[in-house]
Amino acid sequence: MRWKPSLVPELPDPGRLWGVLAEFDSVEALLAAAEKVRAAGFSRWDVHTPIPIHGLDEAMGIRPSPIPWLALGGGVTGAAAGLLLQWFTNAFDYPFLVSGKPLFGLPVAVPVTFELTILLASLGAVGSLFVFCGWPQLHHPLFANERFARASSDRFFISIEAADPRFDETATKWLLEDGGARAVEEVRA
Amino acid sequence: MASEILDNTAEDPGRRSPLVLGGHTFATLTDTVCEVVERPTPRAWWVAFALSLALTGVFFAMLGYLVVTGIGVWGLNIPTAWAFDITNFVFWVGIGHAGTLISAILFLFRQKWRTAINRFAEGMTIFAVVCALVFPTIHTGRPWFDYWLMPIPNQMKMWPQFRSPLLWDVFAVSTYFTVSLLFWYVGMIPDLATLRDRAKTRLRKVLYGIFSLGWRGSGRQWHHYERVYLLLAALATPLVLSVHSVVSFDFAVSQLPGWHTTIFPPYFVAGAIFGGFAMVLTLLVPIRAWLGLHHIVTGRHLENMAKIVLATGMMVGYAYAMEFFIAWYSGNPYERFVFINRALGPYAWAYWTMIGCNVLAPQLFWFERARRNPLALWVVAMFVNVGMWFERFVIIVTSLTRDFLPSSWDYFRPTWVDLLTLAGSFGLFMTLLLLFIRFLPSFAMAEIKSVMPEAGLEHGDHRGHGQYWGEIPHQHDHQFEGGTS
Repeated sequence: MRWKPSLVPELPDPGRLWGVLAEFDSVEALLAAAEKVRAAGFSRWDVHTPIPIHGLDEAMGIRPSPIPWLALGGGVTGAAAGLLLQWFTNAFDYPFLVSGKPLFGLPVAVPVTFELTILLASLGAVGSLFVFCGWPQLHHPLFANERFARASSDRFFISIEAADPRFDETATKWLLEDGGARAVEEVRA
Repeated sequence: MASEILDNTAEDPGRRSPLVLGGHTFATLTDTVCEVVERPTPRAWWVAFALSLALTGVFFAMLGYLVVTGIGVWGLNIPTAWAFDITNFVFWVGIGHAGTLISAILFLFRQKWRTAINRFAEGMTIFAVVCALVFPTIHTGRPWFDYWLMPIPNQMKMWPQFRSPLLWDVFAVSTYFTVSLLFWYVGMIPDLATLRDRAKTRLRKVLYGIFSLGWRGSGRQWHHYERVYLLLAALATPLVLSVHSVVSFDFAVSQLPGWHTTIFPPYFVAGAIFGGFAMVLTLLVPIRAWLGLHHIVTGRHLENMAKIVLATGMMVGYAYAMEFFIAWYSGNPYERFVFINRALGPYAWAYWTMIGCNVLAPQLFWFERARRNPLALWVVAMFVNVGMWFERFVIIVTSLTRDFLPSSWDYFRPTWVDLLTLAGSFGLFMTLLLLFIRFLPSFAMAEIKSVMPEAGLEHGDHRGHGQYWGEIPHQHDHQFEGGTS
């Protein structure tokens, strides 16, 4: 370390307030608090849990994911692409006559069409998952919080962003503490 | 309470047995599974890895020798144009199917015990398919022209022939590999995040950070994630059935006696699941003992797998019998000849090895004591591994060596290159598997946790390991109690 001449000790920049993070012990406590946060009208908030918790979608008021429809779109595209590919390559662009059999027949086109349907539906589902989750996202203010490391192990969290129009530093913290949180912390970005 | 239960194999219709033993909580489960990756590399791992890597070296040496010399280094020729190459291909693809069965089909059937073994089995699937893909690639003789198999515009202005099952195979196996890889990776994201959050070194933080993509276990992320997981399971289920059906079309669509039968697709699928479960048992029994994960992969898990091996083994046995029956009942003299030749001809030794390993050995699993004894499980599983390899060998070689023209009849003998390539493929498989166990979460923590009582779902009139899908009865009664439980 290089010695820096300075009259006042340098303090680390506390950063802008990103939001608050509340830790809960159990699924029940988390669900109850999530209901309260939702009832208080927040929109920019989330829960963080090591496992998927059923009943949480309703407690948070999450609308059904549109991903199944996008996967269906992928599947339909795959099926169409499979049929077109086989017709175009073997019957149209380069007619392949094998033992006098039809140049294009639906039964023999089934396996490849089926595989491409599955392939594009899966890629559609996983691709839209990346889009909806905003992946890859390599940094997030929550990752700087030491407590938060346990969100992937055994603790349950609620985070409320300061950008939420209803956010108020004191009142929001109080809401979470009152909601049964074992600890509430500020998160700075 | 769970800490007192050490044996969960007892059947009590009144209550469901716990799936995780040893009084684990979420925290201890995370520690147990992550410790496998986080502790210093054990000496045993290095020994196993060095051996596997050496065998992988043999594998690539054999492939190199094949490519620079030509396919004549193998024992096959006309009429036996397929031998070890395609046998190994079908063997390895089949192994993969158990992983997809565990991860997708058992998921759709809500078989919650799958959570302890699905990640491992999915990894096994990926590595088995990697090994499988090598064989059709090299058996073309001139692998540098393999891009002809793809519909890529080229200077010859020709396209692949889409009415050939061999081309269907290209699409089926490559789709299977891609979808299995997606399923495996998507399933692993939450657990990679766990490893990231526990990482101590900079390198680990960065690598697990990149591969966990920024997972925060967020309710909104879980919501999309679970939809996608369900969709992948629903897509992988027909896929896995189609893949081995398409592999069987390579044979069934041809005109060769012994191959041209309609029983092939279901018979191949049942055989694939049978052989794959045997491979899961072969690997998990020693790994569970080595890593001391008896509380996670419990006796009940092993017993369930033994039951599946028994059931699918019976299906395979039925298919063997039915092939003979149809050969006789069809009145086709060529078909009759092929089957009598299989059982009594020059490859009778291979045929009876197959029957002994695949039909007789699993009968031991009718006995509860055998199903609950890890050593017995492992020994029977090894028999099945051998038997399933011989099944493909018998199908391929007995039909091909007896051509329609007796003057071209043949007896296939493998060369040393054939044998070392087969052995080497196990080296590649084991190398990938050892790397997986060492660096990735080989047990699905998030999924195991969701079947534990701590998941908070064992209340109201809901009983069970923790309902994973669907409505939670009386959930709202508990919502406003607040506080800690």
